[in-house]
Amino acid sequence: MNKYEKYIRYQTFPTPWCPGCGDGIVLKSIAMAFSDLDIDPNDIIVVAGIGCSGRMPTFFNTNTLHTTHGRALTFATGVKLSRPDKLVVVISGDGDALAIGGNHLIHAARRNIGIKMILINNGVYGMTGGQVSPLTPQKFVTETTPYGNIEPKFHPAELLIAARATFVARETVNRTIQLKEVIKKSFQHKGFSVVEAISNCHINLGRKNNMKNPVKMAKWIAERTVTKAQFEKMTPAERDHKYPVGILQENTDRYEYSELYHKHIVTAAKESAKKNKKK
Amino acid sequence: MSERKVLQGNIIVAKAAISAGCNFFAGYPITPSSEVAQYLSKEFPQMGRDFIQMEDEISALGACIGASLSGKKVLTATSGPGFSLMQEHLGFAVMAEIPLVIVNVMRGGPSTGIPTKPSQADMMQTRWGTHGDHPIIVLYPAFSDEIFSETIRAFNLSEKFWNPVILLLDEVIAKAHEDIEIPEKKDINIYKEKVNVIKDLNIYDRNIGENPPRVDFFKGYPIHIDGLEHDSHGWPTSDPVIADKMQNLRMQKIYHYQDEIIKFNEYHMEDAEIMVFAFGVSARAALNAVKEARDEGIKVGLFQPLTIWPFPKKALQERFKKIKKILTVEMNMGQIKYEIERVSPDDVKKKTLLRANGIPFTPKEIVNSIREFTK
Ligand SMILES: Cc1ncc(C[n+]2csc(CCOP(=O)(O)OP(=O)(O)O)c2C)c(N)n1
Ligand code: SF4
Ligand SMILES: [Mg+2]
Repeated sequence: MNKYEKYIRYQTFPTPWCPGCGDGIVLKSIAMAFSDLDIDPNDIIVVAGIGCSGRMPTFFNTNTLHTTHGRALTFATGVKLSRPDKLVVVISGDGDALAIGGNHLIHAARRNIGIKMILINNGVYGMTGGQVSPLTPQKFVTETTPYGNIEPKFHPAELLIAARATFVARETVNRTIQLKEVIKKSFQHKGFSVVEAISNCHINLGRKNNMKNPVKMAKWIAERTVTKAQFEKMTPAERDHKYPVGILQENTDRYEYSELYHKHIVTAAKESAKKNKKK
Repeated sequence: MSERKVLQGNIIVAKAAISAGCNFFAGYPITPSSEVAQYLSKEFPQMGRDFIQMEDEISALGACIGASLSGKKVLTATSGPGFSLMQEHLGFAVMAEIPLVIVNVMRGGPSTGIPTKPSQADMMQTRWGTHGDHPIIVLYPAFSDEIFSETIRAFNLSEKFWNPVILLLDEVIAKAHEDIEIPEKKDINIYKEKVNVIKDLNIYDRNIGENPPRVDFFKGYPIHIDGLEHDSHGWPTSDPVIADKMQNLRMQKIYHYQDEIIKFNEYHMEDAEIMVFAFGVSARAALNAVKEARDEGIKVGLFQPLTIWPFPKKALQERFKKIKKILTVEMNMGQIKYEIERVSPDDVKKKTLLRANGIPFTPKEIVNSIREFTK
């Protein structure tokens, strides 16, 4: 048995994922990050919403919570505020995190609550059979954009940074070592963190767009992967088709939310109560 | 020593929650329930307890569920539009069997409706608001001391049966300042789980009619909680045999214990020939009406349910053996009247007094209705 397998719940296998789906790579990367950091499984909770990616918690041998579509962050907020000492991980799909759950994402980032989010961006609604998502590239054909997608996708990091996220990174399922390393880094960050993992849904996105096997999709992702430095030198038009990878934002100046609540608010409230008693 | 005070209904809820040991509140402001949140935002930090204002009511209930699963005793408070948004996670809490208390201070609806006027029109929403078959407990106090005791009872029932409990309040009662005797700590009965009984991963393993055990995260067992239908481990399944068993486990845990859950008050019912059925603020007017009608020699009594769901069917059917007239008074276009029709035999005459414009009934209006019913 490999060391990371302690974090895998084999009793619930097989996974519902298609052969070659990037979700398996993300699962293993997270388990390896747990293992490298040697965290007690009892001190970890993995929370997710609904989607192919949302099924992931079932396969971790830690505390696990499978919630509602787009709202994993809200459950995780209750957990983190109650148990600031625990590692609270949220897995989310692109539709889950940025369509139905977009508002929760903005506010989790703004609060800087110490939840570690892994956002699996396969550019489509995988689970429901391949409808357009807010991160589907323009012109792509999906089940609900049969004539091509006319809506622009956006760069989640830009939204997150505007919402004052303190740790934002991006990797792809092609770069497994870098993916695991950046997940580890995010686990060590004190506040809210998002690691976006660009992944492949060759079945429900690739097939309709001339990339019906995982290798073709992996190639497509590789062609679009650039470093942050390369990205910064590009024109806006060039940028639109590229995925900068690495740590895109890291800020350690701000307090984590539950720490701020327990240190600042609770202390201030107790002092104010004492003063009122004296009067 | 018990304490005599003049307090607003919403504050009585908040004080009772503190006494019940509630230590987590997540909410979103909405009239006429905001005072519950405001009071707890001041008190909870002083006690080292958690308060958070979320971005909407969906997230408020989500946070409550996460906290409840992390060992907290949780509360949220809202009103119509917010209660509508909570339906998604109310269903999750039923499915995953999570204890929590939701206060719904009813206001005029549908939609934004009349925020500052009372209404009793969420009666059926509390029963069937979230999709799918599900058990639910709904309590509805009418008097200030009942607000306190029913809030405590809401926490106790939710902890005992691992189910969300909804506490209904009328806008006028939640907003009014009234005299109340806050009981002494030793006189408040708090349900205490015997021990933490997780001994393996089989967290939902029990027989139909049995109480679920308390399951919390971080207790040394890698437990899984899911809104998908699940087996005794909480692991997702669509096996029809298991689904059938789990549906029954959830339903029966409430219906098996309904005698313990159902509570009601009766006034002047000994020799009554007419029964008035009324709850919340309508019951308060009805009580005065019953007294007035009695002065006129009309043999009338009041049945005031404190538990709305499960419905007090057995108690009513017992009364229907002697009482052949029932007057249902509710501030809506007719909701509970259908439940009365469902549980009453054909030889019982039914009359209703209904109104949904934000104006509570006066005792005089109810007396008139009682008088007509004698004919
Ligand atoms: C409230 C609600 N609306 C719709 C759905 C149906 N639904 C399930 S998963 C999903 C989208 C999943 O896409 P994404 O979040 O990108 O995850 P993926 O499957 O691609 O990993 C939708 C729309 C749902 N479960 N709940
Ligand atoms: S549908 Fe797509 S995202 Fe879902 S398991 Fe298959 S390949 Fe993966
Ligand atoms: Mg997706």
